[in-house]
Amino acid sequence: MRLINDLKLKVWRQDGPDAAGHFESHTVEKVSDEASFLEMLDQLNERLILENKEAIVFDHDCREGICGTCSLMINGQAHGPQRGSTTCQLHMRTFKSGDEIVIEPWRAKAFPIIKDLMVDRSSFDRIVEAGGFITAPTGGAPDANLILVPKPVADAAMDSAACIGCGACVAACPNGAASLFTGAKISHLNVLPQGQAERYKRVEAMVHAMDDQFGSCTNHGECSSACPKEISLDVIALMNSDFRKSKSKNRKALSRS
Amino acid sequence: MVKTQQAIAKVGKSRAPVTGTALSVRKKQSYIADIYSTAVGKKYAMAISGIALMGFVLFHMIGNLKMYLGAAEINSYAEFLKKLLYPLAPKGAVLWMLRGGLLAMLVLHLHAAWSLTVLNHQARPVKYQSPRDYEVANFASRTMRYSGMIVASFLTWHLLDLTFGVVNTVGAEGTFVRAEVYANIVRSLGRWPVAAFYILANLLLGIHLRHGAWSIFQSLGWNNPRFNAWRWTFATAFAAVVVVGNVSFPIAVLAGIVKV
Repeated sequence: MRLINDLKLKVWRQDGPDAAGHFESHTVEKVSDEASFLEMLDQLNERLILENKEAIVFDHDCREGICGTCSLMINGQAHGPQRGSTTCQLHMRTFKSGDEIVIEPWRAKAFPIIKDLMVDRSSFDRIVEAGGFITAPTGGAPDANLILVPKPVADAAMDSAACIGCGACVAACPNGAASLFTGAKISHLNVLPQGQAERYKRVEAMVHAMDDQFGSCTNHGECSSACPKEISLDVIALMNSDFRKSKSKNRKALSRS
Repeated sequence: MVKTQQAIAKVGKSRAPVTGTALSVRKKQSYIADIYSTAVGKKYAMAISGIALMGFVLFHMIGNLKMYLGAAEINSYAEFLKKLLYPLAPKGAVLWMLRGGLLAMLVLHLHAAWSLTVLNHQARPVKYQSPRDYEVANFASRTMRYSGMIVASFLTWHLLDLTFGVVNTVGAEGTFVRAEVYANIVRSLGRWPVAAFYILANLLLGIHLRHGAWSIFQSLGWNNPRFNAWRWTFATAFAAVVVVGNVSFPIAVLAGIVKV
């Protein structure tokens, strides 16, 4: 274990949603290189509490990179400089003594700041709820492999389902767009046989819910690069083509009734 | 802790709770208006109008290559454009239809770009207070609206120069005669500031085209592992062909290869 000293932190502090925020400087000493980024913040918070100051508020939960609760814009990059990982999986060995680290919350109209580094990401829940449900037979548990799914399709669905809804895509996007998140949620079900019944209704409803709150995609690719699950831009293309189809298919279906 | 809970309660109050079965009711609109009202629909408009404008710049460049064959060739090519489908259609009719279509596509491209830009600015009213470190967003993707605006202003000049002839003869000898395409080009591009603006605008057009030509596939959802690797190749090659062709004209005029 190696100790990292003299870390100059610039942390965003904001008392509440409507308060004006500012950067606050702290120096952190004696951080283990095995500590995660969040543990380094814990260390700082413990000191702040002992000094009778208010601790820095940030989101975290599982701390093993699968819950999508942690966030943080670290030195201008969502989840920090390490690709394909969340902030909790970013270890202090990435930094060296004397480094300056700037920490900001996600910034988007749809992600209002609650306090300090914590933002409200329920806009994502609104997109998911617009997607509704899949029709599935109820009753006893179905036999395994009752519905056959080709391996590449199962793999594609799994790649999309890897999305943990952390919001890094929106945070990293210069336009504040949620196309990668929505695309992942759409293609997760739209490629599977179980998702076919509501396929076009789902894409239409989810794209409209996304449009109400987020910016638009200009194909920078920042989202995919920031994504801790490395979800591909291909899901955005699938969303775009399914939305186009939904607009014409639904019309045809309606005109028959 | 109490403060945080109060803050959460405050944010929660500003919006309806998450319901689990939300269904938004949309305004009844015509098919096209309904699609265009969404950001994804505006991206389709960007892509489709982009394809039309790409077709124009490519054929414009190919047509202009005729100047290397001499004055008679390019002047007769200009005459041919006026006589498209003649005598089935009156002289100039098809050309004006094409021009009308292109103008409509340009207006659509500009309107969609404008409204998407407004939407994107609204999506992040408070900017990041520290510098961003972009990982993959490149110069082309981040300057689309600026390269587009400079190309649009060049287009205005270009029309005033070589179509209407208003600024063709300023400070130079000779008069502008519309049918004398070859002489007009030589007179215009022989002025080095005009040639420099022409080259700059075309380089920016190339940058705009490279990101745009790739984006078309993404926006329209043309995504298939069979050809995905070729999308960047296509975009780069298309932009390169247009830029090399276009930039060769002012250089040829200044170098005296194309002269009266």
